[in-house]
Amino acid sequence: MKIRLALATAAIALMTASAAQAGTITFNTDNADPAPRAAMEALIEQFQADNPDITVEMNVFDREAYKTAIRNWLASDSPPDVVTWYAGERMNTFAELGLFSDVTDVWEDNDLFDLMSSSASALAYDGVQYGVPFTYYQWGVYYRTDIFEDNGIEVPETYDDLIAACTTLREAGIAPFAIGTRYLWTAAGWFDYLNLRTNGLDYHLGLMAGEIPYTDDGVRETFANWQRALDADCYIENHAAYSWQEAVPFVVQGEAAMYLIGNFITPFFPPDDIENYGFFQFPVINPDIGMYEDAPIDTFHIPTNASNPEDARRFLAYLAEAGVQTQINEALLQLPPNSDAVVLDDPFLEAGFAMLSAADGIAQFYDRDTDPEMARTGMEGFQEFMVNPDRLDTILERLDRTRQRIFR
Amino acid sequence: MAAQIPREHRRAAFWFLLPALIMFTVYVVYPILQSFWISFHEWDGLTDTMEWVGLRNYEDLIFYDFEFWTAIVNNLWWLIFYLLAPVFGLLMALFLNQTVPGIRIAKSLFFFPFVISQVVVGLVFSWFYDPSFGLLNEVLGLFGLPTISLLSSERWVTFAIIFAGLWPQTAYCMILYLTGLNNINPEQIEAARIDGAKGFKMYWNVIRPQLSPATFLAIVVTVIGALRSFDLVSIMTSGGPFGSSTVLAFKMYEEAIFNFRVGYGASIAVVLFLIMAVYIAYFLTRMLQQERSGG
Repeated sequence: MKIRLALATAAIALMTASAAQAGTITFNTDNADPAPRAAMEALIEQFQADNPDITVEMNVFDREAYKTAIRNWLASDSPPDVVTWYAGERMNTFAELGLFSDVTDVWEDNDLFDLMSSSASALAYDGVQYGVPFTYYQWGVYYRTDIFEDNGIEVPETYDDLIAACTTLREAGIAPFAIGTRYLWTAAGWFDYLNLRTNGLDYHLGLMAGEIPYTDDGVRETFANWQRALDADCYIENHAAYSWQEAVPFVVQGEAAMYLIGNFITPFFPPDDIENYGFFQFPVINPDIGMYEDAPIDTFHIPTNASNPEDARRFLAYLAEAGVQTQINEALLQLPPNSDAVVLDDPFLEAGFAMLSAADGIAQFYDRDTDPEMARTGMEGFQEFMVNPDRLDTILERLDRTRQRIFR
Repeated sequence: MAAQIPREHRRAAFWFLLPALIMFTVYVVYPILQSFWISFHEWDGLTDTMEWVGLRNYEDLIFYDFEFWTAIVNNLWWLIFYLLAPVFGLLMALFLNQTVPGIRIAKSLFFFPFVISQVVVGLVFSWFYDPSFGLLNEVLGLFGLPTISLLSSERWVTFAIIFAGLWPQTAYCMILYLTGLNNINPEQIEAARIDGAKGFKMYWNVIRPQLSPATFLAIVVTVIGALRSFDLVSIMTSGGPFGSSTVLAFKMYEEAIFNFRVGYGASIAVVLFLIMAVYIAYFLTRMLQQERSGG
């Protein structure tokens, strides 16, 4: 009896295994918003019509929960076949642990090194491609054109202009910048831009890699520039109490004029009032330093233990196609990494695309470029600095102690 | 006593206890020992390589991690102020312990906060405290008081979260006391009344002693609740602003899950376990003493 039962179980296991080989791909993603989700479903249907031997099972997760759940899947014996994730240090962490597989062949077979040359290096770790990008977006200052006009403010070209704009707006009773730092990373956007504009990309990446101490003079200079923004009272009050979304109404209601954030803010602007919203590049601080930008890339990967890597590769190649990337990014309101894909006819995206095409270099984002724990401690430090700038020395020493421990 | 139990009965007792013992060993004792073991290692939780580092995690924790001490102090505040829950719970139970029409509805309304999830409590209170549209600031505004933002003030944030936690915890303690009040012998009250006891005297000398099992239980669950407080911190502030509202349980989660430092997280778990063990041991011995003396 027992033997028969064992045999039966084995047979079932074999059957499910062979069923999986006959072409089921599990695909886990955190693109949970309705429009991108519908676009993804349509694309999967198209893929299944083109490849009748493959079925794609898509599982959609909440964005924050996804970040914790993914490590359980990756470490398990039966991970999904394709997952969405982020380029930069976030990807490198898993690549270093051997949890993502090498997909350089997908890049070579589909000419992706040509089509996606701008993001190839962000998807490489140790000279090997570990994933395929599907979307990216710019960071910059989103602002109310009508408020600027009413107060006679021009789009700031230098940091001095920006500080002057803050003063003018404060005098008019308007908060210059909206920001919600409750989940910390919005403060890191400020740090990234101030550091990139003050010290340049190489210095910034050295700091991210733990090679430059946080107590370095360059970092202090960055914070001195940040101090100027605090002295000019650039930010809304109580920003530590808000998430980034909760700070958006300040701009929409005209209580604040600007927001340094990613392009994902644009769906929050009221469509019938859209002509009152604009975008500008974070202004120059040191004219000798190039214009480097934050442009985070979202990506697809195949876990190392995936049960169906062959079909997953076909799916990945499909997702990298120009037409497919056009469709996903139309729904996401973001930019396609494939240079043959079409950028949606949208003023913010066109401005961002032009800015990024002319950029001297691209960073991912603070919490995607540095070690996860360093990012956490660092971002807490940035938030603390914004509230208590007099603690700068303590904060920098603390960050540096964390840096020394993590990168030892 | 034990000698009088026939041998086969004792054997039966063993077999009856066995399933529980197995479950307890596998799911409680073993994970505790495992946590101790992991806390001596550096481990990312994903790969098979665990590096033995001896006591280094504890050294880092005690000498280099400022946030650990913030967490300890905050846990202490939780312990102290959470003990208001049994006090308020008792007051509410005494108030609700009357026979008036509709009292059942009143009781269930008071018990309501304990039924809803901690996550919901956290959300409701973050809206309540919200500096731009929260009810708290609307009310303060009526009296011409300035807006305060409790959840972004490092000084008040922990107390604001504890206050939110007291809401369901008080309801829980109230239920414990209400059941305790139900079990009070009405004849004793009658007798006390004939002897002229009333008001506070009646409470202190007649009711309070009979409520001591309920008090014991209320304090134990409250202390444990205070030490393992996590949900509200996670929902309302995620430990912020800049880590000032973190508690041991939240820090442990953050280190183990977000920072890939499972060994370090385990060492925090061990510290938390030891603190809880001290409390529980203290209360258990007290309970045993009481049972022995009180019969």
